[in-house]
Amino acid sequence: MPTPPAGRTPAAFDRRRTTAVELDNVTFGYDRTRLVLSGITMSIPRGRVVAIMGGSGCGKTTILRLIGGQLRPREGRVVVAGRSVPDLDRDGLYALRREVGMLFQFGALFTDMTVFENIAFPLREHTDLSEEMIRDLVLMKLNAVGLRGAASLVPSSLSGGMARRVALARAIALDPMLAMYDEPFAGLDPISLGIVGQLIRKLNDALGITSVIVTHDVYESLKIVDYLYFVSEGRIVAQGTPAEVRASTDPFVRQFVDGEADGPVPFHVKALPLEEEFALHAG
Amino acid sequence: MPASAIADGLRRVGAGTRRVFARLGFAARFTVAVLAHSPDGLRRIRLTLREIYFSGVLSLVIILVSGLFVGMVLALQGYDVLQRYGASESLGVLVALSLVRELGPVVAGLLFASRAGSAITAEIGLMKATDQLSAMEMMAVDPLARVVAPRFWGGVISMPLLAALFSTLGIYGAYLVGVKLIGIDAGAFWGNMQSAVDFREDVVNGIIKSVVFGLIVSLIAVFEGYDAAPTAEGVSGATTRTVVGSSLTILAADFVLTVFMFRGVGVG
Repeated sequence: MPTPPAGRTPAAFDRRRTTAVELDNVTFGYDRTRLVLSGITMSIPRGRVVAIMGGSGCGKTTILRLIGGQLRPREGRVVVAGRSVPDLDRDGLYALRREVGMLFQFGALFTDMTVFENIAFPLREHTDLSEEMIRDLVLMKLNAVGLRGAASLVPSSLSGGMARRVALARAIALDPMLAMYDEPFAGLDPISLGIVGQLIRKLNDALGITSVIVTHDVYESLKIVDYLYFVSEGRIVAQGTPAEVRASTDPFVRQFVDGEADGPVPFHVKALPLEEEFALHAG
Repeated sequence: MPASAIADGLRRVGAGTRRVFARLGFAARFTVAVLAHSPDGLRRIRLTLREIYFSGVLSLVIILVSGLFVGMVLALQGYDVLQRYGASESLGVLVALSLVRELGPVVAGLLFASRAGSAITAEIGLMKATDQLSAMEMMAVDPLARVVAPRFWGGVISMPLLAALFSTLGIYGAYLVGVKLIGIDAGAFWGNMQSAVDFREDVVNGIIKSVVFGLIVSLIAVFEGYDAAPTAEGVSGATTRTVVGSSLTILAADFVLTVFMFRGVGVG
C-alpha cells in the first residue's frame, strides 16, 4: 500500500488513543491587525513525540505558549488533558503546569543556582519531600541525562549541549504527563544534537509521557518523532509521519526537507521591482 | 504646514501620551501585585535575607566610604563658615543635622539607586531576556513571589540601615576633621550635637525619609527589570531608567517630605 501523502491524516496514526493536547481552529494575534496563528487544528495523542516545524517567526513557539496557558487564543479551543486551558483560573493553570514540563530555547537555567539546585527547584517548590529524597531524585534525573557528575557545576560553566541536557532533566523533574521542547536542537554541535534527540525519545518512552517539539531541524526530528506538523505564516500547511514526509511531493515540505532557498517560502522579501528600485529605464 | 503633517504630529503626540499612561497604569497594577504577593515572598525568608545581603551588605563599602568623606568635607566647609561668626563650637550640630535630616537619606538613596537598584534591574531584566521568568511561570511558580517580592523587600529593609550607617560614618568623619585635625573641643562637639538634635524631629524624620526612598528605589528597580525589553539594549535602557528615575524621584520626594516634616523652617 502506498504511503499517503503528507497533508492528509493517515489511518496508521492512531487517533483512538486518549488525546493529550488538542487545538481546534485556534486563531491568535498580539494586536487586532496582524494574526500570528490562523485556524490551527492539531491533535496530539498520549505517549507520542510530535514535532511542530516551520521557519523562524512562523508562530511555532506561540503554539507552545498557548498550550502552556501563557497566551490566550483569540478564537478556538486549546485543550490539555481534557482541560480547556483558556478557561482555567490561576490556580487551575498552575495545577496544570505542574503536570507539564518545558524546555526553553537555550535552556533558561537559573544562573544563580547550581545544576543540582536547578533540578531540585520544582521539587522543592511543589513537594514536601525531604532533602535526602530530593537529592536522590535529582541525581537520578541527572543520571538519566548523563550529567550526574556535573551536579555541583554552575550553568555558566556548562557547554550548550550540557545546558540543554540539564534543562531536559529539569523539565522532567516532576514526572510530567506532557513535555514541551522549544528549539531543543538550536546551536548544538552534531554530537550534542544527537544526544539531546535520543534523550527526548528515550525519556518519552521510558516515562510514558507525551512530547511536543518545536524545531526547524528537519533531519533530527525525522529520526525521533512519530508525527510532524509544518507551519508557515501561522497556518498548518502539511502534516504526516516521518515516512510520509520523506516521500511527500508537497512543494513546501520539499523546500523545507531539501533546504531549498527559493520556493513556496520566497528568498526575497516583498519589495519594489528591480527596475523601479534602481531607476533602470530602457533606452 | 500641510494638514497631513499636523495630523501626523498630533497622532504621534497622542500615541506617546497613550504609551505613558499605559505604562503608568501597568506600574500601578504591578505595585499592587507585588504587595499582594509580598506575604508569599516574605514567607521565603531565606530569599529575602539573601537579597538583603546583595542589596545591603554588598553596598556597605560605597556607603561607608562616601559617608566618611561627605562628613569630612562637611566639617571642613562648615568650620570655614562657622568660625567667621565665632560659632565653630556648633560644628557638630551643623554636621549632625545636615546628615541626619538630609544628606544621610538623600545621598545614601542616590548611592543605593546606583549600586543596588541598577543591579536589581539588570538581574531581573536578564532573567526575563533569558526566559528564566517564563521558565518559572511554566513550573507553576509565580516570579512576582519568587523573584520580585524578595528583591523589593530586601531593598526596602536595607535602605534605612544603609542611610543610618552613612550618617554615623559622616558624623565620625566630621569628628576626625573637626576635633582631631582642627582642634575643636570634643566636649563642645558632642555636647552641642546632643542638645540640638531632637530624636523625634530629626532622627525619626530622617528614618522616615530613608524608608520612603527605599520604597521608591526598590519599586522602580524591580518594575524596570520586569518591564525591560528582553534584549541587551532593553536591559541596558532599563538599568539607566532605574538610576535616573530613582534619583529624580528621590530628590522630588525629599522636597515634598521636607515641606511636611520641617514646617518650623517655614517659608514667609
